Amino acid sequence: MLATKSNNAPAIEQSRTDNVVVSIRNLKKAFGDREILNGVDLDLHESENLVILGRSGTGKSVLIKCMVGLIVPDSGQINVLGRDVFTLSAREMNELRLQIGFSFQGSALYDAMTVRENLEFPLKRNLGIFEKRKLDEMVMTALDDVGLAHAVDQWPAELSGGMKKRIGIARTLILKPKIMLYDEPTAGLDPITSMEINELILSVREKYKTSSIIITHDISSARTTSDRIIGLINGKNKIEGTFEELKNARDPDLEPFFKY
Amino acid sequence: MDIKKGLVQVAEVSTFTKRVFRDFFFPPYEVKEIIRQCFMMGNKSLFLITFTSFLVGIVFTKQSRPSLASFGAESWLPSLVAQAVVRSLGPLVTGLICAGKLGSNIGAELGSMQVTEQIDAMEVSGTRPFSYLVVSRITATTLMLPLLVVYSDILSLLGSFLTVNIYNNTSFQLFFNEVAVNITYTDIFSSLIKSAFFGFAIGLVGCYSGYHSDKGTTGVGKAANTSVVVSMMLIFVIDLLSIQFINLFR
Repeated sequence: MLATKSNNAPAIEQSRTDNVVVSIRNLKKAFGDREILNGVDLDLHESENLVILGRSGTGKSVLIKCMVGLIVPDSGQINVLGRDVFTLSAREMNELRLQIGFSFQGSALYDAMTVRENLEFPLKRNLGIFEKRKLDEMVMTALDDVGLAHAVDQWPAELSGGMKKRIGIARTLILKPKIMLYDEPTAGLDPITSMEINELILSVREKYKTSSIIITHDISSARTTSDRIIGLINGKNKIEGTFEELKNARDPDLEPFFKY
Repeated sequence: MDIKKGLVQVAEVSTFTKRVFRDFFFPPYEVKEIIRQCFMMGNKSLFLITFTSFLVGIVFTKQSRPSLASFGAESWLPSLVAQAVVRSLGPLVTGLICAGKLGSNIGAELGSMQVTEQIDAMEVSGTRPFSYLVVSRITATTLMLPLLVVYSDILSLLGSFLTVNIYNNTSFQLFFNEVAVNITYTDIFSSLIKSAFFGFAIGLVGCYSGYHSDKGTTGVGKAANTSVVVSMMLIFVIDLLSIQFINLFR
Protein backbone atom coordinates (compact mmCIF):
# COMPACT_ATOMS: atom_id res chain seq x y z
CA MET A 1 0.00 0.00 0.00
CA LEU A 2 1.31 3.44 -0.91
CA ALA A 3 2.31 5.48 2.11
CA THR A 4 3.77 8.87 2.71
CA LYS A 5 5.89 9.57 5.78
CA SER A 6 3.99 10.21 8.99
CA ASN A 7 5.35 12.52 11.65
CA ASN A 8 4.29 10.03 14.30
CA ALA A 9 6.63 7.18 13.46
CA PRO A 10 5.96 4.12 15.62
CA ALA A 11 8.38 3.32 18.39
CA ILE A 12 11.27 1.10 17.40
CA GLU A 13 10.22 -1.69 19.77
CA GLN A 14 6.78 -1.89 18.18
CA SER A 15 8.22 -2.32 14.70
CA ARG A 16 10.27 -5.30 15.81
CA THR A 17 7.20 -7.39 16.42
CA ASP A 18 6.66 -8.13 12.73
CA ASN A 19 9.75 -10.08 11.48
CA VAL A 20 11.64 -6.83 11.01
CA VAL A 21 15.39 -7.37 10.60
CA VAL A 22 16.43 -3.73 10.24
CA SER A 23 14.67 -0.84 11.86
CA ILE A 24 15.77 2.79 11.52
CA ARG A 25 14.15 5.70 13.33
CA ASN A 26 14.68 9.43 12.85
CA LEU A 27 18.22 9.05 11.51
CA LYS A 28 20.08 12.31 10.99
CA LYS A 29 23.50 13.01 9.59
CA ALA A 30 25.13 16.25 8.46
CA PHE A 31 28.58 16.90 7.01
CA GLY A 32 29.44 20.40 8.19
CA ASP A 33 26.50 22.64 7.40
CA ARG A 34 25.10 20.24 4.82
CA GLU A 35 22.32 17.99 6.10
CA ILE A 36 22.44 14.66 4.30
CA LEU A 37 19.98 12.55 6.27
CA ASN A 38 17.17 14.51 7.83
CA GLY A 39 15.11 12.06 9.88
CA VAL A 40 14.96 8.77 7.96
CA ASP A 41 12.63 6.01 9.17
CA LEU A 42 12.54 2.57 7.59
CA ASP A 43 11.91 -1.09 8.32
CA LEU A 44 13.35 -4.02 6.40
CA HIS A 45 11.41 -7.25 6.74
CA GLU A 46 12.73 -10.77 6.58
CA SER A 47 13.37 -12.04 3.01
CA GLU A 48 12.34 -8.67 1.61
CA ASN A 49 14.11 -6.75 -1.15
CA LEU A 50 13.78 -3.09 -0.26
CA VAL A 51 14.95 -0.57 -2.83
CA ILE A 52 15.98 2.93 -1.75
CA LEU A 53 15.46 5.14 -4.78
CA GLY A 54 16.70 8.67 -5.03
CA ARG A 55 18.91 11.14 -6.83
CA SER A 56 22.67 11.22 -6.35
CA GLY A 57 23.66 13.06 -3.18
CA THR A 58 20.44 12.37 -1.29
CA GLY A 59 22.24 10.27 1.31
CA LYS A 60 21.41 6.75 0.09
CA SER A 61 24.94 5.41 0.54
CA VAL A 62 25.37 7.33 3.80
CA LEU A 63 22.27 5.57 5.09
CA ILE A 64 23.59 2.03 4.58
CA LYS A 65 27.07 3.00 5.76
CA CYS A 66 25.49 4.16 9.02
CA MET A 67 23.90 0.72 9.35
CA VAL A 68 27.27 -1.05 9.43
CA GLY A 69 29.05 1.55 11.52
CA LEU A 70 31.22 2.98 8.74
CA ILE A 71 29.65 6.40 9.33
CA VAL A 72 28.47 7.55 12.73
CA PRO A 73 25.14 9.42 12.49
CA ASP A 74 24.40 12.56 14.50
CA SER A 75 21.21 11.17 16.01
CA GLY A 76 18.56 8.50 15.61
CA GLN A 77 18.27 4.78 16.18
CA ILE A 78 19.41 1.83 14.08
CA ASN A 79 18.40 -1.65 15.10
CA VAL A 80 19.84 -4.56 13.12
CA LEU A 81 18.76 -8.14 13.87
CA GLY A 82 17.43 -7.02 17.22
CA ARG A 83 20.58 -5.16 18.28
CA ASP A 84 20.96 -1.42 18.69
CA VAL A 85 24.16 -0.76 16.70
CA PHE A 86 25.16 2.28 18.77
CA THR A 87 25.36 0.36 22.03
CA LEU A 88 27.57 -2.42 20.67
CA SER A 89 31.21 -2.84 21.66
CA ALA A 90 33.81 -3.15 18.86
CA ARG A 91 33.78 -6.95 19.24
CA GLU A 92 29.99 -7.12 19.16
CA MET A 93 29.91 -4.83 16.13
CA ASN A 94 32.33 -7.17 14.35
CA GLU A 95 30.09 -10.12 15.16
CA LEU A 96 27.08 -8.27 13.80
CA ARG A 97 28.96 -7.30 10.65
CA LEU A 98 29.51 -10.99 9.88
CA GLN A 99 25.76 -11.26 9.39
CA ILE A 100 25.63 -8.31 6.99
CA GLY A 101 26.98 -8.48 3.46
CA PHE A 102 27.95 -5.18 1.88
CA SER A 103 28.37 -4.92 -1.89
CA PHE A 104 30.26 -1.71 -2.66
CA GLN A 105 29.57 0.54 -5.60
CA GLY A 106 33.12 0.13 -6.88
CA SER A 107 33.27 -3.56 -5.85
CA ALA A 108 36.19 -2.84 -3.47
CA LEU A 109 38.06 -6.02 -4.38
CA TYR A 110 41.48 -6.24 -2.71
CA ASP A 111 43.69 -5.56 -5.71
CA ALA A 112 46.81 -7.05 -4.15
CA MET A 113 45.06 -10.43 -3.97
CA THR A 114 43.73 -12.84 -6.60
CA VAL A 115 40.02 -13.65 -6.72
CA ARG A 116 40.67 -16.81 -4.71
CA GLU A 117 42.59 -14.87 -2.05
CA ASN A 118 39.85 -12.22 -1.95
CA LEU A 119 37.30 -14.89 -1.08
CA GLU A 120 39.59 -16.81 1.29
CA PHE A 121 40.49 -13.66 3.24
CA PRO A 122 37.26 -13.33 5.30
CA LEU A 123 37.13 -17.10 5.82
CA LYS A 124 40.64 -17.22 7.25
CA ARG A 125 40.30 -14.06 9.32
CA ASN A 126 36.77 -14.46 10.62
CA LEU A 127 36.11 -18.16 10.73
CA GLY A 128 39.69 -19.36 11.20
CA ILE A 129 39.39 -21.81 8.30
CA PHE A 130 42.83 -22.69 6.92
CA GLU A 131 42.29 -26.20 5.56
CA LYS A 132 42.94 -25.98 1.83
CA ARG A 133 40.29 -28.49 0.79
CA LYS A 134 37.57 -26.73 2.77
CA LEU A 135 38.67 -23.29 1.56
CA ASP A 136 38.63 -24.47 -2.06
CA GLU A 137 35.18 -25.96 -1.64
CA MET A 138 33.71 -22.80 -0.10
CA VAL A 139 35.40 -20.49 -2.62
CA MET A 140 34.22 -22.54 -5.59
CA THR A 141 30.65 -22.74 -4.24
CA ALA A 142 30.48 -18.96 -3.82
CA LEU A 143 31.98 -18.39 -7.28
CA ASP A 144 29.60 -20.93 -8.84
CA ASP A 145 26.69 -19.01 -7.33
CA VAL A 146 27.74 -15.88 -9.20
CA GLY A 147 28.70 -17.82 -12.35
CA LEU A 148 32.41 -16.99 -12.23
CA ALA A 149 34.15 -20.19 -11.16
CA HIS A 150 36.55 -19.84 -14.10
CA ALA A 151 37.89 -16.53 -12.75
CA VAL A 152 39.21 -18.02 -9.52
CA ASP A 153 42.89 -17.38 -10.20
CA GLN A 154 42.54 -14.04 -11.97
CA TRP A 155 43.56 -10.69 -10.54
CA PRO A 156 40.95 -7.96 -9.98
CA ALA A 157 42.68 -5.79 -12.60
CA GLU A 158 41.96 -8.46 -15.22
CA LEU A 159 38.20 -8.46 -14.58
CA SER A 160 35.44 -6.42 -16.25
CA GLY A 161 33.17 -4.12 -14.21
CA GLY A 162 30.34 -6.67 -14.11
CA MET A 163 32.69 -9.48 -13.09
CA LYS A 164 34.10 -7.34 -10.29
CA LYS A 165 30.58 -6.70 -8.98
CA ARG A 166 29.82 -10.42 -9.03
CA ILE A 167 33.07 -11.32 -7.27
CA GLY A 168 32.37 -8.60 -4.68
CA ILE A 169 28.96 -10.17 -4.05
CA ALA A 170 30.52 -13.66 -3.88
CA ARG A 171 33.01 -12.40 -1.28
CA THR A 172 30.16 -11.25 0.95
CA LEU A 173 28.06 -14.37 0.34
CA ILE A 174 30.86 -16.65 1.43
CA LEU A 175 30.13 -15.68 5.04
CA LYS A 176 26.43 -16.49 4.52
CA PRO A 177 25.01 -13.16 5.69
CA LYS A 178 21.40 -12.70 6.76
CA ILE A 179 21.21 -9.18 5.35
CA MET A 180 22.63 -7.90 2.06
CA LEU A 181 23.28 -4.22 1.40
CA TYR A 182 23.84 -3.36 -2.27
CA ASP A 183 25.25 0.09 -2.99
CA GLU A 184 24.40 1.02 -6.59
CA PRO A 185 24.82 -2.55 -7.88
CA THR A 186 24.29 -1.63 -11.54
CA ALA A 187 26.10 1.72 -11.64
CA GLY A 188 28.39 2.02 -14.65
CA LEU A 189 27.30 -1.26 -16.23
CA ASP A 190 25.78 -1.88 -19.65
CA PRO A 191 22.05 -2.87 -19.76
CA ILE A 192 22.73 -6.58 -20.31
CA THR A 193 25.24 -6.82 -17.45
CA SER A 194 22.87 -4.76 -15.28
CA MET A 195 20.14 -7.27 -15.99
CA GLU A 196 22.47 -10.13 -15.01
CA ILE A 197 23.29 -8.38 -11.74
CA ASN A 198 19.58 -7.83 -11.04
CA GLU A 199 18.92 -11.53 -11.63
CA LEU A 200 21.84 -12.36 -9.37
CA ILE A 201 20.33 -10.23 -6.59
CA LEU A 202 17.08 -12.18 -6.90
CA SER A 203 18.84 -15.55 -6.97
CA VAL A 204 20.90 -14.60 -3.90
CA ARG A 205 17.69 -14.02 -1.99
CA GLU A 206 16.30 -17.31 -3.26
CA LYS A 207 19.33 -19.37 -2.30
CA TYR A 208 20.62 -17.61 0.82
CA LYS A 209 17.25 -16.38 2.17
CA THR A 210 18.67 -12.91 2.63
CA SER A 211 16.84 -9.67 3.32
CA SER A 212 18.28 -6.92 1.16
CA ILE A 213 18.48 -3.17 0.89
CA ILE A 214 19.32 -2.07 -2.64
CA ILE A 215 20.48 1.50 -3.14
CA THR A 216 19.94 2.64 -6.68
CA HIS A 217 18.89 5.34 -9.07
CA ASP A 218 18.49 2.79 -11.86
CA ILE A 219 14.73 2.45 -12.40
CA SER A 220 14.93 -0.86 -14.28
CA SER A 221 16.98 -2.33 -11.43
CA ALA A 222 14.38 -1.05 -8.96
CA ARG A 223 11.57 -2.62 -11.00
CA THR A 224 13.28 -6.01 -11.28
CA THR A 225 14.61 -6.42 -7.77
CA SER A 226 12.17 -4.62 -5.46
CA ASP A 227 9.35 -5.91 -3.29
CA ARG A 228 8.98 -2.41 -1.94
CA ILE A 229 10.56 0.95 -2.80
CA ILE A 230 11.29 3.91 -0.58
CA GLY A 231 11.81 7.26 -2.28
CA LEU A 232 14.55 9.13 -0.46
CA ILE A 233 14.17 12.84 -1.21
CA ASN A 234 16.31 15.53 0.42
CA GLY A 235 17.48 13.16 3.15
CA LYS A 236 13.95 11.99 4.06
CA ASN A 237 11.94 8.92 3.11
CA LYS A 238 9.17 10.82 1.40
CA ILE A 239 7.13 8.03 -0.14
CA GLU A 240 7.01 4.24 -0.19
CA GLY A 241 5.16 1.44 -1.92
CA THR A 242 5.54 -1.13 -4.67
CA PHE A 243 6.99 -0.18 -8.04
CA GLU A 244 3.57 0.16 -9.62
CA GLU A 245 2.22 2.18 -6.70
CA LEU A 246 5.07 4.66 -6.91
CA LYS A 247 4.80 4.84 -10.66
CA ASN A 248 1.10 5.69 -10.45
CA ALA A 249 1.56 8.10 -7.57
CA ARG A 250 3.08 10.70 -9.90
CA ASP A 251 5.14 12.20 -7.11
CA PRO A 252 6.90 15.28 -8.57
CA ASP A 253 10.28 14.24 -7.12
CA LEU A 254 10.13 10.65 -8.35
CA GLU A 255 8.21 11.01 -11.59
CA PRO A 256 11.33 11.83 -13.65
CA PHE A 257 12.75 8.40 -12.72
CA PHE A 258 9.72 6.65 -14.20
CA LYS A 259 9.67 8.83 -17.30
CA TYR A 260 13.34 8.20 -18.03
CA MET B 1 46.78 25.64 8.88
CA ASP B 2 44.70 27.11 11.68
CA ILE B 3 45.40 26.20 15.30
CA LYS B 4 42.15 24.30 15.83
CA LYS B 5 42.74 22.10 12.79
CA GLY B 6 46.31 21.45 13.92
CA LEU B 7 45.22 20.45 17.40
CA VAL B 8 42.56 18.13 16.00
CA GLN B 9 45.22 16.47 13.86
CA VAL B 10 47.54 16.04 16.87
CA ALA B 11 44.67 14.41 18.77
CA GLU B 12 43.93 12.12 15.83
CA VAL B 13 47.57 11.06 15.51
CA SER B 14 47.69 10.38 19.28
CA THR B 15 44.57 8.21 19.10
CA PHE B 16 46.00 6.42 16.07
CA THR B 17 49.28 5.74 17.89
CA LYS B 18 47.44 4.53 20.99
CA ARG B 19 45.43 2.15 18.84
CA VAL B 20 48.63 0.84 17.22
CA PHE B 21 50.05 -0.10 20.65
CA ARG B 22 46.75 -1.55 21.86
CA ASP B 23 46.31 -3.73 18.77
CA PHE B 24 49.99 -4.75 18.84
CA PHE B 25 49.73 -6.24 22.32
CA PHE B 26 46.29 -7.81 21.99
CA PRO B 27 45.25 -10.65 19.67
CA PRO B 28 44.86 -11.37 16.83
CA TYR B 29 48.64 -11.28 16.29
CA GLU B 30 49.54 -10.71 12.66
CA VAL B 31 52.78 -12.75 12.73
CA LYS B 32 52.48 -14.06 9.17
CA GLU B 33 51.68 -10.62 7.73
CA ILE B 34 54.51 -9.00 9.74
CA ILE B 35 57.01 -11.53 8.35
CA ARG B 36 55.69 -10.93 4.82
CA GLN B 37 55.95 -7.15 5.24
CA CYS B 38 59.49 -7.44 6.70
CA PHE B 39 60.57 -9.47 3.69
CA MET B 40 58.92 -7.09 1.22
CA MET B 41 60.35 -3.98 2.87
CA GLY B 42 63.86 -5.41 3.20
CA ASN B 43 63.74 -6.68 -0.33
CA LYS B 44 62.48 -3.37 -1.74
CA SER B 45 65.15 -1.27 -0.06
CA LEU B 46 68.14 -3.57 -0.41
CA PHE B 47 69.45 -2.43 -3.78
CA LEU B 48 69.16 1.28 -3.01
CA ILE B 49 70.79 0.89 0.41
CA THR B 50 73.61 -1.23 -1.03
CA PHE B 51 74.31 1.34 -3.72
CA THR B 52 74.11 4.49 -1.58
CA SER B 53 75.83 3.12 1.53
CA PHE B 54 78.82 1.87 -0.43
CA LEU B 55 79.15 5.24 -2.16
CA VAL B 56 78.72 7.14 1.12
CA GLY B 57 81.66 5.16 2.55
CA ILE B 58 83.84 6.01 -0.46
CA VAL B 59 82.85 9.69 -0.64
CA PHE B 60 83.21 10.33 3.08
CA THR B 61 86.65 8.71 3.16
CA LYS B 62 87.84 10.61 0.09
CA GLN B 63 86.62 13.90 1.56
CA SER B 64 88.10 13.32 5.03
CA ARG B 65 91.46 12.00 3.92
CA PRO B 66 93.06 15.30 2.77
CA SER B 67 92.15 17.06 6.04
CA LEU B 68 93.63 14.27 8.16
CA ALA B 69 96.66 13.98 5.87
CA SER B 70 97.49 17.66 6.37
CA PHE B 71 97.92 16.90 10.11
CA GLY B 72 99.78 13.67 9.40
CA ALA B 73 96.86 11.78 10.95
CA GLU B 74 95.86 9.55 8.06
CA SER B 75 96.02 6.50 10.30
CA TRP B 76 92.97 7.89 12.14
CA LEU B 77 90.87 7.54 9.03
CA PRO B 78 89.32 4.13 9.92
CA SER B 79 88.31 5.32 13.38
CA LEU B 80 86.90 8.60 12.06
CA VAL B 81 84.88 6.83 9.36
CA ALA B 82 83.72 4.11 11.77
CA GLN B 83 82.43 6.59 14.32
CA ALA B 84 80.79 8.80 11.72
CA VAL B 85 79.14 5.86 9.94
CA VAL B 86 77.95 3.93 12.98
CA ARG B 87 76.85 6.91 15.06
CA SER B 88 75.24 9.07 12.45
CA LEU B 89 75.71 8.50 8.73
CA GLY B 90 74.46 4.91 8.57
CA PRO B 91 71.19 5.43 10.46
CA LEU B 92 70.56 8.79 8.81
CA VAL B 93 71.17 7.67 5.24
CA THR B 94 69.19 4.45 5.73
CA GLY B 95 66.39 6.33 7.48
CA LEU B 96 66.09 8.88 4.70
CA ILE B 97 66.18 6.23 1.97
CA CYS B 98 63.50 4.20 3.74
CA ALA B 99 61.40 7.32 4.33
CA GLY B 100 61.41 7.88 0.57
CA LYS B 101 61.10 4.29 -0.52
CA LEU B 102 58.94 2.66 2.17
CA GLY B 103 57.09 5.73 3.47
CA SER B 104 55.79 6.70 0.05
CA ASN B 105 54.92 3.09 -0.71
CA ILE B 106 52.92 2.63 2.49
CA GLY B 107 51.16 5.99 2.10
CA ALA B 108 50.22 5.36 -1.52
CA GLU B 109 49.18 1.74 -0.95
CA LEU B 110 46.91 2.43 2.01
CA GLY B 111 45.69 5.67 0.42
CA SER B 112 44.66 3.82 -2.70
CA MET B 113 42.94 1.15 -0.60
CA GLN B 114 41.07 3.89 1.25
CA VAL B 115 39.99 5.65 -1.94
CA THR B 116 38.72 2.44 -3.55
CA GLU B 117 36.86 1.46 -0.34
CA GLN B 118 38.99 -1.66 0.17
CA ILE B 119 39.61 -0.71 3.80
CA ASP B 120 35.87 -0.14 4.31
CA ALA B 121 35.23 -3.55 2.74
CA MET B 122 37.60 -5.17 5.24
CA GLU B 123 35.96 -3.24 8.06
CA VAL B 124 32.40 -4.30 7.19
CA SER B 125 33.40 -7.92 6.75
CA GLY B 126 34.69 -7.90 10.33
CA THR B 127 38.29 -8.63 9.34
CA ARG B 128 39.88 -5.93 11.54
CA PRO B 129 41.93 -4.12 8.87
CA PHE B 130 43.75 -1.95 11.39
CA SER B 131 45.86 -4.73 12.83
CA TYR B 132 46.25 -6.40 9.44
CA LEU B 133 47.23 -3.30 7.48
CA VAL B 134 48.60 -0.80 9.99
CA VAL B 135 50.08 -2.70 12.94
CA SER B 136 51.85 -5.18 10.66
CA ARG B 137 53.45 -2.43 8.57
CA ILE B 138 54.57 -0.32 11.53
CA THR B 139 56.01 -3.40 13.26
CA ALA B 140 57.82 -4.36 10.06
CA THR B 141 59.42 -0.93 9.56
CA THR B 142 60.41 -0.81 13.25
CA LEU B 143 62.07 -4.23 13.02
CA MET B 144 63.66 -3.81 9.60
CA LEU B 145 65.28 -0.40 9.99
CA PRO B 146 67.89 -1.56 12.56
CA LEU B 147 68.75 -4.56 10.37
CA LEU B 148 69.08 -2.38 7.30
CA VAL B 149 71.24 0.07 9.26
CA VAL B 150 73.65 -2.73 10.24
CA TYR B 151 73.81 -3.76 6.59
CA SER B 152 74.32 -0.15 5.51
CA ASP B 153 77.11 0.36 8.09
CA ILE B 154 78.97 -2.72 6.87
CA LEU B 155 78.76 -1.58 3.25
CA SER B 156 79.87 1.96 4.05
CA LEU B 157 82.85 0.59 5.95
CA LEU B 158 83.67 -1.71 3.04
CA GLY B 159 83.50 1.30 0.67
CA SER B 160 85.78 3.19 3.02
CA PHE B 161 88.21 0.29 3.29
CA LEU B 162 88.41 0.05 -0.48
CA THR B 163 89.31 3.75 -0.71
CA VAL B 164 91.86 3.57 2.11
CA ASN B 165 93.34 0.44 0.59
CA ILE B 166 93.82 2.11 -2.79
CA TYR B 167 95.69 5.08 -1.26
CA ASN B 168 97.61 3.45 1.59
CA ASN B 169 97.57 -0.28 0.84
CA THR B 170 96.08 -0.90 4.32
CA SER B 171 95.15 -4.52 5.02
CA PHE B 172 91.56 -5.61 5.62
CA GLN B 173 92.47 -6.88 9.09
CA LEU B 174 94.25 -3.69 10.14
CA PHE B 175 91.38 -1.49 8.90
CA PHE B 176 88.68 -3.44 10.69
CA ASN B 177 90.80 -3.81 13.85
CA GLU B 178 90.93 -0.01 13.99
CA VAL B 179 87.19 0.15 13.39
CA ALA B 180 86.45 -2.37 16.16
CA VAL B 181 88.70 -0.66 18.68
CA ASN B 182 87.06 2.71 18.15
CA ILE B 183 83.42 1.62 18.24
CA THR B 184 81.78 1.16 21.64
CA TYR B 185 78.72 -0.84 22.59
CA THR B 186 77.00 2.48 23.36
CA ASP B 187 77.59 3.54 19.74
CA ILE B 188 76.14 0.31 18.38
CA PHE B 189 73.11 0.05 20.65
CA SER B 190 72.23 3.72 20.48
CA SER B 191 72.41 3.51 16.69
CA LEU B 192 70.12 0.46 16.63
CA ILE B 193 67.59 1.96 19.04
CA LYS B 194 67.60 5.24 17.11
CA SER B 195 66.99 3.29 13.88
CA ALA B 196 64.05 1.47 15.44
CA PHE B 197 62.52 4.88 16.27
CA PHE B 198 63.17 5.99 12.68
CA GLY B 199 61.36 2.86 11.47
CA PHE B 200 58.44 3.43 13.81
CA ALA B 201 58.13 7.05 12.63
CA ILE B 202 58.24 6.04 8.94
CA GLY B 203 55.62 3.33 9.45
CA LEU B 204 53.37 5.49 11.61
CA VAL B 205 53.41 8.51 9.30
CA GLY B 206 52.93 6.37 6.17
CA CYS B 207 50.05 4.40 7.67
CA TYR B 208 48.38 7.47 9.18
CA SER B 209 48.50 9.46 5.93
CA GLY B 210 47.31 6.49 3.88
CA TYR B 211 44.58 5.40 6.29
CA HIS B 212 43.21 8.95 6.50
CA SER B 213 43.78 9.89 2.88
CA ASP B 214 41.26 12.17 1.17
CA LYS B 215 39.00 10.66 -1.44
CA GLY B 216 40.11 10.86 -5.06
CA THR B 217 43.39 10.34 -6.86
CA THR B 218 44.87 13.56 -5.48
CA GLY B 219 44.30 12.10 -2.00
CA VAL B 220 46.61 9.19 -2.82
CA GLY B 221 49.33 11.51 -4.14
CA LYS B 222 48.99 13.73 -1.10
CA ALA B 223 49.20 10.73 1.24
CA ALA B 224 52.41 9.51 -0.42
CA ASN B 225 53.92 12.98 -0.39
CA THR B 226 53.00 13.67 3.24
CA SER B 227 54.46 10.31 4.26
CA VAL B 228 57.84 11.17 2.78
CA VAL B 229 58.05 14.81 3.88
CA VAL B 230 56.84 14.32 7.45
CA SER B 231 58.84 11.16 8.10
CA MET B 232 62.04 12.80 6.79
CA MET B 233 61.47 15.74 9.12
CA LEU B 234 60.81 13.37 12.02
CA ILE B 235 64.02 11.47 11.30
CA PHE B 236 66.07 14.64 11.78
CA VAL B 237 64.15 15.53 14.94
CA ILE B 238 64.64 12.02 16.39
CA ASP B 239 68.33 12.16 15.42
CA LEU B 240 68.77 15.44 17.25
CA LEU B 241 66.94 14.23 20.35
CA SER B 242 68.85 10.96 20.39
CA ILE B 243 72.21 12.77 20.27
CA GLN B 244 71.17 14.85 23.28
CA PHE B 245 70.08 11.73 25.11
CA ILE B 246 73.06 9.54 24.21
CA ASN B 247 75.55 12.23 25.22
CA LEU B 248 74.32 11.76 28.79
CA PHE B 249 75.85 8.27 28.73
CA ARG B 250 79.14 9.17 27.12
